[in-house]
Amino acid sequence: MSLSLEHYLILSAALFSIGLYGALTKRSAIVILMSIELMLNASNISLVAFSRYIVPTLLTGQVFTIFSIAVAAAEATVGLAIIMAIYRSHETIDATKVDLMKW
Amino acid sequence: MALEIAFWVLAIVAIAAALAVVTIRNVFRAALSLILCFLAVAGIFITLSADFLAAVQIFIYIGAISILIILSIMLTREVQQGSLSNRLVAPVLISAILFFGIVTFAMLETSWPLVSLPPAEATTAALAGKLFSEDGHILTVEIAAILLLATIIGAITIVKEK
Repeated sequence: MSLSLEHYLILSAALFSIGLYGALTKRSAIVILMSIELMLNASNISLVAFSRYIVPTLLTGQVFTIFSIAVAAAEATVGLAIIMAIYRSHETIDATKVDLMKW
Repeated sequence: MALEIAFWVLAIVAIAAALAVVTIRNVFRAALSLILCFLAVAGIFITLSADFLAAVQIFIYIGAISILIILSIMLTREVQQGSLSNRLVAPVLISAILFFGIVTFAMLETSWPLVSLPPAEATTAALAGKLFSEDGHILTVEIAAILLLATIIGAITIVKEK
């Protein structure tokens, strides 16, 4: 049984679902950010798999993945900076207790 | 055959590490499982013959983002409290499983326009041509540079002491 596009897509969907579960249920803001990184990795896998099996010589999906990694690095940096600022003012990073902007 | 074995081992390691990230109570160990998951994803990139992306994955995710996350865990007091869940565990678990089922069904039912050409070997030079050539993505590369500069300035401004 040789590998096909579907193997990689199902792996990507599984990683994305696990990240979705973590991002919606966890209370610690850092664990939520870690789950979002998991979801971004899952989408990168599917981009590279599409690039490998549908346009094997053009590398379009790999170029997209490079930009996706750059944006993910920027997102993690700013997200962790915001978490540090919240910790400094609230003494907690529990996402259920930081409800300053909740209506 | 070796490729299949590598894929299955890496896929099992990636999913087990991802499950550990969302289930382990200790935040620090969850971050270490996240690093293992990133490493497995880099191996998955190698099985897709994306050698440059595997190196980028190790440099940026394992080298930079993991260090940032571990540093933030150490600078906050999360390790003692542990990684708790909110009240939405049951509905979110059902939604995530439903999402996985629906997406898997859709992906298996779609007939993809597959091309059975051998993949490009040694993708680094080809990627550089795609990124930096005149008719390539040079404008996007410059926008990404501005985005990273804005990120640096924004992060410094946010964490600066008043």
